[in-house]
Amino acid sequence: MLEIKNLHAKIAEGREILKGIDLAVQPGEVHAIMGPNGSGKSTLAGILAGRPGYEVTEGTALYEGRDLLALSADQRARAGLFLAFQYPVEIPGVNNMYFLRAALNAVRRERGEAELDAGQFLKAVRAKLKELEIGDDLLQRGVNVGFSGGEKKRNEIFQMAMLEPKLAVLDETDSGLDIDALRLVANGINKLRSPQRAMVLITHYQRLLDYVEPDRVHVLSQGKIVMSGDKSLAAELEKRGYAMLGDAA
Amino acid sequence: MTSPDDSLETVRSLTGEGYKYGFVSDIESESAPPGLSDDIIRFISGKKHEPQWLLDWRLEAFHHWQKMESPNWAKLKIAPIDYQAATYYSAPKKAAGPKSLDEVDPELLKTYEKLGIPLNERAALAGVAVDAVFDSVSVATTFKAKLGELGIIFCSFGEAVREHPELVRKYLGSVVPQGDNFFAALNSAVFSDGSFVYVPPGLRCPMELSTYFRINAAKSGQFERTLIICDKGSYVSYLEGCTAPQRDENQLHAAVVELVALEDAEIKYSTVQNWYPGDAEGRGGIYNFVTKRGACRGDRAKISWTQVETGSAITWKYPSCILEGEDSVGAFYSVAITNNLQQADTGTKMIHMGRNSSSTIISKGISAGRGQNTYRGLVRVQPKAQNARNYTQCDSLLIGARCGAHTVPYIEVRNPSARVEHEATTSKISDEQMFYCQQRGLSKEDALSLIVNGFCKEVLKELPMEFAVEAQKLLAVSLEGSVG
Repeated sequence: MLEIKNLHAKIAEGREILKGIDLAVQPGEVHAIMGPNGSGKSTLAGILAGRPGYEVTEGTALYEGRDLLALSADQRARAGLFLAFQYPVEIPGVNNMYFLRAALNAVRRERGEAELDAGQFLKAVRAKLKELEIGDDLLQRGVNVGFSGGEKKRNEIFQMAMLEPKLAVLDETDSGLDIDALRLVANGINKLRSPQRAMVLITHYQRLLDYVEPDRVHVLSQGKIVMSGDKSLAAELEKRGYAMLGDAA
Repeated sequence: MTSPDDSLETVRSLTGEGYKYGFVSDIESESAPPGLSDDIIRFISGKKHEPQWLLDWRLEAFHHWQKMESPNWAKLKIAPIDYQAATYYSAPKKAAGPKSLDEVDPELLKTYEKLGIPLNERAALAGVAVDAVFDSVSVATTFKAKLGELGIIFCSFGEAVREHPELVRKYLGSVVPQGDNFFAALNSAVFSDGSFVYVPPGLRCPMELSTYFRINAAKSGQFERTLIICDKGSYVSYLEGCTAPQRDENQLHAAVVELVALEDAEIKYSTVQNWYPGDAEGRGGIYNFVTKRGACRGDRAKISWTQVETGSAITWKYPSCILEGEDSVGAFYSVAITNNLQQADTGTKMIHMGRNSSSTIISKGISAGRGQNTYRGLVRVQPKAQNARNYTQCDSLLIGARCGAHTVPYIEVRNPSARVEHEATTSKISDEQMFYCQQRGLSKEDALSLIVNGFCKEVLKELPMEFAVEAQKLLAVSLEGSVG
């Protein structure tokens, strides 16, 4: 599904952040990417989704065999790549439901499916809310406007559920959440696991992995993946801290 | 990753067509010789078989105008206008009062069809009565008979002068006097046609009344005059739409709109202004110098102006309310967009004279390209306006780094019990907002349109339903090519 080879990238007109990333993610797999602050985790997420401001200097990223880096951000999204934002953006005056319907219909058009009218959409929303066991209190508000940190992350998970991506990249979706919000988000992620869908969880802490069991865990440090392993690697990191990278890197 | 400038160019090249109302209709027209003099005014008045009092009124306005200077206080760069080179009267040749739609030049009907105006009786379905003004004359008014049964007068200005001279004479110039300002004086001297509405006491006009203005002839100006009177306890909602063909030279549009709301009456006036804005290099486009003013003459009278200004090379326009009555209410809701080299200096005046009068101003300015957008507003509370209240909100949105937004609020309070609030914000569409929308699958254009429509929401919701949809689309078209 996703195959990254020797990826180097820098901030536009700035220093190099990624220094040769190799990563392969198969359908159905959940990969966790952990690492200390400044290791390049969010940069990797941004580059996969097409965030402006970065420059890839070397290497390749294939998504379903296509050159991911040649696609614009919206093309990637319509092709089934979803990024859950670390800091979701407020869009004043735009109704959350209206926004999501516009997004869903853009994705559906790409998939060759019929667009949903307001009634059909509402029905789909209700079903999904029930499935994820989350409330409908955010639906009629402006996109992320005045949302608490937890509400924003919950909204990201809900959008992901509605858009049904093939590859979901979650950028520190667990950061800043209290334990109840964390459970809710983790529950959403688990419900969305499927044999067709791959997920990349980017996280600083191990605690999300107490609720979501990854197939693979990678440790990113100074722009490189320095360790890979199964879920036990996360537990070890938790015990020894990122200081253990001192001897690995 | 592409740089913003590259993609800006790409988007521009894709959207070269832009203005879809830029066609010219091949219609024989009859024009006055160019220039302005007592004789030309006599010619116009004569063509329209006007009574002596109206000719005198026009001449008086003209003599005022000759002593006036073009205002230069607005934040606009205007190339000098040669008023003697313009043509002040242009009429489709067959226009000597068509009795029914069958008599209207088919070319003209085709033009309106292209514009999407439901001129014929199909309009019944839309529930909109339309008065269409083509260059200088009013072409046809639909639904006149039906409205007439109720006692509502909706006709061309020329017809009102013939059929209802007492009403015209009583109210014409009563809100915007002939010598009010340079452009109003010019209009008063040479105005050609326009719409007239009178709603009798206690009646709620059952349909939206609508006028479409179109400038077709080359080198001609359009100077229409609209007068709307709502008698005691009545209500009307009035819509105005405008387009013009694409031409390289600038064309002048100097209209006057007067509204009079008597006791307990309410007038809702909505405009979607889509005059040709000029090309990306600033060639051509309409100069839109318009005086719009309403008087709340009676207690509890209400007037609201809602405008979506997307077109014109230059917009100079301040729809205002004179709140004479006690508890009278004025409102101004505005969206103004400037893209490329467009300039807009627009806002409102709220003059509080009556006790407990209140007003609301919501202005949304959007600047893109090298556009310059200025909000200019006056809130004045006169000594007798005990407990007057005003709330003003001015928001500016910038797209790109070469445009400008300016806010110039004037507040004059002469009564200590008044409460006047002013809020203003300026923001820029952030890359992160665009990226967020695109990451959810929306194209750049859709993302921009979504963000802009969200920004304008408080104003758009004041528009009648069908108009709101049109306005949303127009916002998207107006901003094409403005984002990288």
